[in-house]
Amino acid sequence: METANIHHIGNPTNRVDGRLKVTGAARYAAEHEASGLLHGVIVSATVAAGRVVSLETERALSVPGVVEIFTHENRGSGAWLDRNWKDEVAPPGHPFRPLHSDRILFAGQPIALVVAETLEAARDAASLVTAAYEVEQHCTELEVKRSEAYEPPEKRSGIPPPPEPRGKPEDAFERARHRIAADYRIRAEHHNPMELFATTCVYEGKDKLTIYEKTQGSQNSQGYVASVFGLKTKNVRVINHYVGGAFGSALRPQQQLFFAVMASLELKRSVRVVLTRSQMFYIGYRPETRHAISMAADNEGRLTSIIHGAVAATSHYEDYQESIVNWSGMMYHCDNVKLSYGLAKLNTATPCDMRAPGAAVGVTAFECAVDELAHEAGIDPLEFRKRNFATLDENMGKQFTSKALSACYHQGAARIGWERRSAEPGAVRDGHELVGLGMATGMWEAFLMKASAEAKLTPDGRLQVSTAASDIGTGTWTILAQIGADALGLPVEDVTPMIGDSSLPASPVEGGSWTAASNGSAVLAACEAIKQTLFKHARKMANSPLTAASFDEVVFLSGRIALRTDPDRGLSLPEVMHASDLDEIRGSGKAAPKLLQMRKYVSYTHSAVFTEVRVDRDIGIVRIPKIVCAVAAGKIINPKTARSQILGGVVMGIGMALHEEAMTDHRLGKIMNHNLAEYHVPAHADIADIEVIFVDEQDEKVSPLGVKGLGEIGIVGTAAAVANAIFSATGKRVRDFPITLDKIIR
Amino acid sequence: MDTPKIEIALTVNGVRHDIAVAPWETLLDVLRERLHLTGSKKGCDQGQCGACTVLVDGERINSCLALVVSRDGAAITTVEGLAEGGELHPLQAAFIEHDAFQCGYCTPGQLCSGVALLHEGRVHTREDIRELMSGNLCRCGAYTNIADAIETVLDRQNAGREAAE
Ligand code: FES
Ligand code: FES
Repeated sequence: METANIHHIGNPTNRVDGRLKVTGAARYAAEHEASGLLHGVIVSATVAAGRVVSLETERALSVPGVVEIFTHENRGSGAWLDRNWKDEVAPPGHPFRPLHSDRILFAGQPIALVVAETLEAARDAASLVTAAYEVEQHCTELEVKRSEAYEPPEKRSGIPPPPEPRGKPEDAFERARHRIAADYRIRAEHHNPMELFATTCVYEGKDKLTIYEKTQGSQNSQGYVASVFGLKTKNVRVINHYVGGAFGSALRPQQQLFFAVMASLELKRSVRVVLTRSQMFYIGYRPETRHAISMAADNEGRLTSIIHGAVAATSHYEDYQESIVNWSGMMYHCDNVKLSYGLAKLNTATPCDMRAPGAAVGVTAFECAVDELAHEAGIDPLEFRKRNFATLDENMGKQFTSKALSACYHQGAARIGWERRSAEPGAVRDGHELVGLGMATGMWEAFLMKASAEAKLTPDGRLQVSTAASDIGTGTWTILAQIGADALGLPVEDVTPMIGDSSLPASPVEGGSWTAASNGSAVLAACEAIKQTLFKHARKMANSPLTAASFDEVVFLSGRIALRTDPDRGLSLPEVMHASDLDEIRGSGKAAPKLLQMRKYVSYTHSAVFTEVRVDRDIGIVRIPKIVCAVAAGKIINPKTARSQILGGVVMGIGMALHEEAMTDHRLGKIMNHNLAEYHVPAHADIADIEVIFVDEQDEKVSPLGVKGLGEIGIVGTAAAVANAIFSATGKRVRDFPITLDKIIR
Repeated sequence: MDTPKIEIALTVNGVRHDIAVAPWETLLDVLRERLHLTGSKKGCDQGQCGACTVLVDGERINSCLALVVSRDGAAITTVEGLAEGGELHPLQAAFIEHDAFQCGYCTPGQLCSGVALLHEGRVHTREDIRELMSGNLCRCGAYTNIADAIETVLDRQNAGREAAE
């Protein structure tokens, strides 16, 4: 008989939600029906600071179909206390409370909600609402506030502040043979997921709501709604089966959730609220950062001093924080390091985690500086990095659970053809183009978070695995099915994953690249519990071939439980369940950080990004014909969806390098390019072939699955690799991102 | 004051709909809100992202920019109409095989755009695919895989044509 076990983990399984997505059957937040559904459209403030003196709503109210207009004067009653508005991932400060008062804290702040029977009526009426303001002075320019930067007094949970300085970085800098000092600027970016932010709040009777919501955490939104509106958690069900991208922007409940729920409770009707693309530029964003970096190296190209100070923007009401500079103290070996990080308050909404928050900007600036120093020292930038390889996390004095970065360097360099690189910048021409090669290292923490899961096996041999995780394009549906199938030796088609629903077992928000490791490990544990139960029953059966076996001596494969040494001797799972008269077997499992291990060890994903760029000699247009991202991320559950994660990160990194920036008219405090035509996200024609390499990395400590996570690492280092390649091609160091062609030909 | 409504007929995925619409209703909103065909996506409502791409009389257009009154009598295909009798269109199957999407939100637009592209006869190189698909943004960055999926189907189509000649 067929005994070969089919391993699902490691297989490039097609997405289990693929068919739904290519046929248009997958329903996103704005696409759920409800009888008597009302449509809400938000009216946004047009000034950046001050008060609303008066709101003119009469003309809007006279539009046929308009049901109600909510403003700060007639809003429904929400909670009063700050802490009721704090969601799971809120930074320190006072969370934004929509329509709380007449105060305007930032341009684009919602000042009214128009609710109507049709979308067209609501939209039309919203355009007729006008406001008079008492305008106060605002500032949206980081450079102006940079000198007032402060160290955030209260630290954001989960974000380590910069470590204490070590050694004598200033002295070492003064004495060094090779040194550089440079300032970098990375402009504000916007997540711009393709799906507009939307909430469909279905009114199920007094105090009971089912909410289809664009969120990365159904339970985070559930908790927020319950606490803000004083509802029982069990009466609030949040569903987010399909999420049209988020990249961090849907970690915290956004304003449309508040408005849909408030209007629904007040009007006792179902309400849908969708933000416009323009309004999405006034919710969280990746804040602008300014970096001052000085570094030094000795004769042999060994780092002797690293000083990295960064200032980032935040809002007036919250101290949003990221880990920006810490990477500079742990990516390479160096005894003299000083890192600092400050915030400056601007009249904008609070920034929000965006793909690899902190690392995406901090590592970009730092890895450009490393390239500058290598050049200054006359050493190949890859060789320079190898010479300064860190075998420890020197910030914490802890060991890495694994670090296969050397393999990334080696394989990435081979694939790009690094030996082609000319040491002299601007030396390689091909027709009208200058050709350059650049590289950078990337790093992201591999988290294991608290998560729970349940699994259920039925006598037809089908397995259900459930956890309140989210799939924002990450492949969560698919990998959970693979993990379940692998654990019980079932075909992947026989496993039904259940996610995207707040009523499922507890899960953290989907972010930080921790879902595969955390929720995946919880699912694995739940399946283990089922295996134990099956084994117990199988042993007790009459004439069971397993009577004398211990649990370690059996395997689960091809739908059977059998002896490891003689897999022909075993029982089918349905057989065991029928014999024991079981309608179902349930198991539950949990994952949690290993606190004891964390005293000695840290876990990180590493990468090496290599790029070739071609720059037009006359007009400075940059093309990236080839980019290779080599990643060490522990075990890869699904190489197909994993590769897609890296592709997505790399594309966003190219956006950071060449295209993306919010342009603010600082006199008005408003964003000028708040649309997809003028805020340029990479398009098809901007992206040539991207090659992804997963190097072999075994890590038994990082998580029960050996998985590290992939959502962020693709973006980290990519922008620096592009910038370094542009230097190699042109001899020009552009330290202001994005590197648009005007900065190259200037 | 009641809004003036205009009677029009649309054939969507082979099904005829007689509907009364206001002059300012877009094709996209009618598909999504009135006909409950939510496969066509709204990513910007401004003609800038391509998520709302549908086929109107075989040609790809941004349905958010089309006032539905101007399409009286048109035959429209949305992503829901690409598969035939449960059998996926080759491009849909190729999208799954090549993992040409992540969140799936741009996907209906990419598919409709891609299906039109297959018949436009303008693609000679992989670069052409990229250029001619540039009206369809994918923030998840699935471009490499989308190009692979389209190229695979085009190659098969061309091979089929050559064999027939
Ligand atoms: S929704 Fe039509 S182009 Fe974006
Ligand atoms: S798959 Fe998410 S935007 Fe394209």
